Amino acid sequence: MIVGRREAWTGRVLLILLMAVTLLPFVSLFVTALHPSGTYPPGLDWPAQPRWGNFADAFQSARMGELLKSSTLIVLGVVPLSLVLATMAGFAIGHLRMAGRNLVFLVFVLGLTLPFEGIITPLYYQVRDMGLLNTRWAIILPLIGLFMPFSVFWMRAHFVNMPEELSESARMDGANVWQLFWRIHVPLAMPAISSLAILLFLWTWNQFLLAIVLVDDPLKRTMSGALGAFQGQWGTDIPLLCAGSLLILAPTLVIFLIFQRRFVTALLQGSLKG
Amino acid sequence: MAAQPTAGRSRRERRPARAGLRTSRLVGWLFVAPALAFYAVFVLRPILLTLQYSLYEWDGIGPSSWVGLGNYGAVFTDPDLFDAVLNAVKLIAFFSAIPVLLGLAIASTIRRIAASRLALVARTVIFLPQVIPLVAAGIAWSWLLSSTGVINQLLTRLGLGGVTRAWLGDFSTALPAVGVIGAWVLLGLCTLLLLAGMSKIDPALYEAARMDGAGPIREFVSITVPSLRQEIGVCVTVTVIAALATFDIVYIATQGGPGNATMVPGLEIYYLAFSEREVGMASALAVVLMVLVLACSLPIQWLTRDRSS
Repeated sequence: MIVGRREAWTGRVLLILLMAVTLLPFVSLFVTALHPSGTYPPGLDWPAQPRWGNFADAFQSARMGELLKSSTLIVLGVVPLSLVLATMAGFAIGHLRMAGRNLVFLVFVLGLTLPFEGIITPLYYQVRDMGLLNTRWAIILPLIGLFMPFSVFWMRAHFVNMPEELSESARMDGANVWQLFWRIHVPLAMPAISSLAILLFLWTWNQFLLAIVLVDDPLKRTMSGALGAFQGQWGTDIPLLCAGSLLILAPTLVIFLIFQRRFVTALLQGSLKG
Repeated sequence: MAAQPTAGRSRRERRPARAGLRTSRLVGWLFVAPALAFYAVFVLRPILLTLQYSLYEWDGIGPSSWVGLGNYGAVFTDPDLFDAVLNAVKLIAFFSAIPVLLGLAIASTIRRIAASRLALVARTVIFLPQVIPLVAAGIAWSWLLSSTGVINQLLTRLGLGGVTRAWLGDFSTALPAVGVIGAWVLLGLCTLLLLAGMSKIDPALYEAARMDGAGPIREFVSITVPSLRQEIGVCVTVTVIAALATFDIVYIATQGGPGNATMVPGLEIYYLAFSEREVGMASALAVVLMVLVLACSLPIQWLTRDRSS
């Protein structure tokens, strides 16, 4: 078993190396953020006097409070409605099996790999004609549509595995389809729905392209879009930029660390299905 | 609702019960309709409009004029536009090849200690790049790769001070440097996907191979890789799409520069449509990008799907 032990050690060393490479950018951001603002600190260099106040300054200049509120509003606009629509559609395609379901499903699947840049130009004119440019709706409504292929795909995968007998016996008890859906199937689908919720939250929060194209005001954007604007504004003040980036990262990091198991599982399943 | 009348039938009569489900097939369309409506208005319609715009020359404000396939001709002949497509293809080497190959190597090395405490911590840590916005990855890496950044600091320590430079600002290294950022983002995801796939391989296969005197490399080639066909397919698909459709990282790290060295289709579309007011040209490039993504992802799906459950 000497071979086995040596393998285990190589594995451990490799893991630590991989973690180090992954963490390096974060460490660099952090260390740099502590230098006096306006300086160009060389590489990884712990400052003689760490300026913790940079974080407070960045909090103020990035207007973190308003940004958090804006991103939260956008997430609240996108995620619950997407979940309801996708669960209903997945239920119909996967469980009710209505005529023409294969065609509808195919149409949704075609959108699975669509790069958002492909439709951003007409989307801009469409949103403008709807009078929604520079409002949060300009991000919310298109995102719901753009998330539908994956969400329907995901929920259908859950519903095709639900036994038909379940619905039959509920019907015997006099439930109509609407009641059947809400009382029996939605509660049973909760694990699939909550994983989808995690993925949609993350993709909304981190959405960049729609935010910079459709909304000019950084305070009405997603976190990611606001960070883009922050870089544009403070790009020359490296320590402040680093502090601001870390602050803007913080909410996702905190939520990730709290729900890490679910996140990892959801993201792994998500890419396997997509 | 329409399904109600059949609800009272006897449990033992299977056929009438199925008939009951059939009445609800119309109801099914009502359940799909809202999702389909959002999808049609905000995805299908814009796709069709992109196709339409791509046949016109239009500045986004005034009247448009029909140019047929002229915009497509420009995409393939104008070096600036075609270079963007080529750059995206080159980025596949970094976004796909490195994460998948390195991920395979790492996953098969750490396979035996996958249940250890260290591995559980590592699972969380190497997932971080998937969680943070790409914009943040772009900012952090721009700083790492800058002339006074950590990468140059490390190189100098290693006695390689001669090669240090502003990696993202140098014509010859900017594209590979962008590629490194992409590889960093995608490596953890690939490693964990492949590791999850490996945990499903029957350990008896490895034991049998050891009995026959197979070394780690032989094991890897004859057992690990063939068993992971589906997972490798997923990794390749996800990363190839990420490479072709990359936008956030390039926008933040280089804005396509220096010159056009890191221009990619996504960014070129953005510039053409929203600063140069060449809506038709932007749309033609968008169509090319969408077709390219489909042309790359469909064959990979076909090649790797059949074995899946």
